[in-house]
Amino acid sequence: MSTAVHAEWIKLRTAPGTGWLLAAVIAVTAALGTAADAAARCPVGGCQLDPAKTSLTGIYLGQAIVVVLAVTALSGEYGTGMIRVTFAAMPGRAVVLAAKAAVIAALVLAAGTVAVLGSVLAGRLILPGHGFTARHGYLLLSLAEGPVLRASIGSVLYLGLIALLSLGIAAAVRDTAAAIGIVLGLLYVAPVITAVLGRSAAARHLQQLAPMTAGLAIQATTSLRSLPIGPWAGLGVLAAWAAAAMLAGSLLLHLHDA
Amino acid sequence: MSALRAEWVKFLTVRGWVIGIVVAALVTAGIALLNHSTCGGAVTPGGPQITGVGCAAPPAGPSGVAVTDRYYLVHQPLPASGSITTRITALNAGQGPGGLPPWSKAGIIITAGTRPGSAYAAMLVTAAHGVRMQYDYTGDIAGRPGPVSAASPRWLRLERSGDTVTGYQSADGTRWRLVGTAHLAGLPVTAEAGLFASSPGSSQVTSQSLSGSSAGGAMTLATATFDHVALDGARPGSRWAGSPVGGPASGAGFHQAGGVVTVTGAGDIAPYVGDASDGGGIPLERTLFGAAAGLIAVIVVAAMFMTAEYRRGLIRVTLAACPRRGQVLAAKAVVIAVAAFAVGLAGAVPAVVVGERLMRSRGNVILPASTFTEIRAVGGTALLLAVAAVLTLALGALLRSSAAAVTAVIATLFLPYLLTLVALPAGAADWLLRLTPAAAFAIQQTNPAYPQVSASYTPGNGYFPLAPWAGFGVLVGYTALAALLAVILLRKRDA
Repeated sequence: MSTAVHAEWIKLRTAPGTGWLLAAVIAVTAALGTAADAAARCPVGGCQLDPAKTSLTGIYLGQAIVVVLAVTALSGEYGTGMIRVTFAAMPGRAVVLAAKAAVIAALVLAAGTVAVLGSVLAGRLILPGHGFTARHGYLLLSLAEGPVLRASIGSVLYLGLIALLSLGIAAAVRDTAAAIGIVLGLLYVAPVITAVLGRSAAARHLQQLAPMTAGLAIQATTSLRSLPIGPWAGLGVLAAWAAAAMLAGSLLLHLHDA
Repeated sequence: MSALRAEWVKFLTVRGWVIGIVVAALVTAGIALLNHSTCGGAVTPGGPQITGVGCAAPPAGPSGVAVTDRYYLVHQPLPASGSITTRITALNAGQGPGGLPPWSKAGIIITAGTRPGSAYAAMLVTAAHGVRMQYDYTGDIAGRPGPVSAASPRWLRLERSGDTVTGYQSADGTRWRLVGTAHLAGLPVTAEAGLFASSPGSSQVTSQSLSGSSAGGAMTLATATFDHVALDGARPGSRWAGSPVGGPASGAGFHQAGGVVTVTGAGDIAPYVGDASDGGGIPLERTLFGAAAGLIAVIVVAAMFMTAEYRRGLIRVTLAACPRRGQVLAAKAVVIAVAAFAVGLAGAVPAVVVGERLMRSRGNVILPASTFTEIRAVGGTALLLAVAAVLTLALGALLRSSAAAVTAVIATLFLPYLLTLVALPAGAADWLLRLTPAAAFAIQQTNPAYPQVSASYTPGNGYFPLAPWAGFGVLVGYTALAALLAVILLRKRDA
């Protein structure tokens, strides 16, 4: 296993796009979070905004780059035929997938940590100037606060789970465009469909089951009662999605010719 | 022409692409069938039950649009030729919290009758938008601005001649200025003319979520003081009679003493604006949201249609057979656009037809839209798929990477809309939906936002910051730019 991880590490490290994609995850996450902070206003009458959630808005965009990184790490090998070399060297296909998952998850968690720390720092610097002060019932955004720490760690884990979900789907469909389309469709379209379902129990169930709406419940620090699903339970739903995708991916990897 | 034929053959002979494009039509239609919203249902299990408020269809105005028609009217019959004149000296809050909503109104009106949805024309003063002439619910002409008071009263006059009603305003009752003219189709020979007052409920958005924003509202009352009331052409012996149009409101009524009439009313005479908070009035485009899923399938196929050429080296054969590179790209664009438009139409038409029936069968009220608007929403959805496909194709040629093309198009089309629903404050959200390709979803909007009705016109409630075709134009603009760059680079670069 450790040789497999080492091999995957070398492949990913020497692939031209990896560094750029990781840098992009950090840049777009922090940039969108900063933009959301800059646009947020808490006027004298009070506001409904959740400062931690606002600062971590960038995850919505950062996850798209994580998807690209994780999908292309596998589907790229199919595109170039490299996958046949990989499987000739390491015939245990599940081992290859597990090694890829370990390397990608580690890289995404590292980049995610930097991105989330940057986002929280931006929120800490910007939000108090926009009315998020003690007078309106807001504390300075700080990782020493339980809910904010949970939202921050949870957002990093969220990105890691998105990477695993993407890798699993990529192993299942083995095509870059199709895999990215499926993952981004799962993430971005489910909330739109929630709107179609309107005010119904079905809409609430969809919010509880869809990977993004459930997983990002981890970011909420205010009005937790109105959430469709609890923060950790929501992240659990995303973990179940990721596990199911990895399982399906490794099964199909066994069944198909490379 | 041969390039077109070649690309068409390529497209049809790849099984995955044909399956993908058929899936686009199926999900577009299929998601509309998932709608389970029922009027009067509970939002959350164990949550507050939404009572039948708004489950009844709003009345339809003369042009067919849904209207709000609730006010207090003090009236007399008016023959085919005549006029009504008055002076207003005050417009105050009757009771209720705070001051008057900006669009509280009082003034004179000539209406076909007291049935809600009747044709009318009115000269009125508002709490915060000055003198207006309004007619048939959607018509709104601005007169003199500024608030009304005893020191600065407003004289208003409406003259009727057959179907034509003309509105005048004056500061002193002697020098009159024309405000506007309205032609009211179907105004009966004997119409009703009189004084009225109305005040819309105050509404405040309390929370915003994926299923729209919820708002808390309270009834408000407006009281107006009239004098110098003159009705020309009235039947001799007629007396003023009070009618609560559209249903009674507690506190509404009128009082007449020594030439001074005070009228107190609640409600609004305006186009109906569906509000998520009242549980009724669903815009038609709800049935078309499935196109979002169809769009993803079309984007994936469009990206593959271009980048597969590079992956397999087929591009060199293609360009050897058809050396005019711009033509190759144009042929590809036509093929993918036609295919996407066809499946878009094949998905959107059943989605609207079946989805509308399904929602109606569950007691929901679908807001009426004109046939032209419906065709625009359905055809626009198909066009949206077609243009998004061409954008993806162009980005695929530009970047030569399906991952980049698919991610760029999906992220810019969907993320702005999502962010407006969940994360961003209204001002920033509006700019995002003006500047990104996501503006194109405005093409599906069937209910316009009316400046003369205060409501939360948010994307979550179905209102986009740009007009339908303008929003679509943003996507077309990005697509044209990407296509231009793609042609230039395809010519310059080695294949």
